[in-house]
Amino acid sequence: MTDNVEKVNQISPFLLVIILVFFILSLVALFIAVESLIEQSGTLNSYSFLLIGFFGLAISIYMLLQSRGKPMHVTLELPRVITTLECPKCDFKNVRDFQRDDYIFKETGSCQKCNETMKITAIYREAKKNDQS
Amino acid sequence: MDPSGIVWKLEHVLDVRDVRFKDEVKLMAPEADEAQINNLENTLEAAMALNMIYKIIRHFYLLGKKTLSLYIIMQIQMVLPLIMKQAEAYAQALRAFSVGQPIGDGAGPLVAAKLMQGHKTREIAKDVVAAEVPIDGRTAYVLKAKGPGGNVGKPGDGIRKLIEEKNGNISTIIMIDAALKLEGEKPGEVAEGVGAAIGGPGIEQFKIEDAILKNKIPVNAIIVKQDIGDAVSPMRKEVFDAADPVITRIKRLILERTKKGDNVIIAGIGNTIGIGQ
Repeated sequence: MTDNVEKVNQISPFLLVIILVFFILSLVALFIAVESLIEQSGTLNSYSFLLIGFFGLAISIYMLLQSRGKPMHVTLELPRVITTLECPKCDFKNVRDFQRDDYIFKETGSCQKCNETMKITAIYREAKKNDQS
Repeated sequence: MDPSGIVWKLEHVLDVRDVRFKDEVKLMAPEADEAQINNLENTLEAAMALNMIYKIIRHFYLLGKKTLSLYIIMQIQMVLPLIMKQAEAYAQALRAFSVGQPIGDGAGPLVAAKLMQGHKTREIAKDVVAAEVPIDGRTAYVLKAKGPGGNVGKPGDGIRKLIEEKNGNISTIIMIDAALKLEGEKPGEVAEGVGAAIGGPGIEQFKIEDAILKNKIPVNAIIVKQDIGDAVSPMRKEVFDAADPVITRIKRLILERTKKGDNVIIAGIGNTIGIGQ
């Protein structure tokens, strides 16, 4: 089904070049800022360059990390489904995992206490602990 | 709603689709019984819904790449959490349908099945069963889709037939259905209202409204709230537990709105997969 779709974690060379250029420009900005700070010429400009340099550096590192990151793998967790069987005679309850062909009000199995045929009275999904919505 | 008979044309098209689906399933699984065929049909529909989501996402992804347009990709990025939620629900539905587990949409049939327990049932319309249940001196005609296979039946036909059988002598109709909740509302919350509580393409709703209008029968609705994911995935405990409060409300409604000796129709609307009668 996904044969004809390219893999998404391939990094485009064009993007890499952009990141590299951005990175170099940020370093240059930082160099200019440090140099002008040491020489104490144009303090306002040197602080602006310092800000631009750090900002550019942060963005280029962020872009590089984002582009190298592996795509998120979504796994679907199937919920546990519970079947409750009840004895109509002695009210004995048996709770077990759902089995294929179970359905509500199906008569199945015999009661462990009185040997009467038991009936499925409930089938529901077990609630997850963080499932509040 | 239907000045030129569109509803009946739509019903015919959907009937043909249903028969075609069933025939395809029978070809794939010739040994399957009726309930299994219904479950497989539902499984096929869930698989088709998932495939459609995949195709739409792929369409936007490839279109975005082709046109180098960020906006096309952004459209899908913005709605992706909702699409993922829907896809997860259908993936769970796929499993539920394939093994025949009751789903959230079965809240209505569950209530009807609980009411008709121990009473004789008969098939009143296509894939719809009804039972005569005495409740507080009234006669309640309880109907639901025929289970335990995945089925919604034609409750509109069932209600119309019951009204015709009783020559319009029905005091009230109570419909129970699952309904979508808003964020912040609790799943399994029960709400009451008036009107035909039934979803789908509108054919069954039209039939019910048409039948009740002739005899001026009041229609009451009781809904069990849940989100779209819960409606197609295995039934939550909260939704299952809501069945008893719904029955209490039905009995209260009957006491309040009818007299002794009256006839009442109680219709459990929804997919009855995993729920017998």
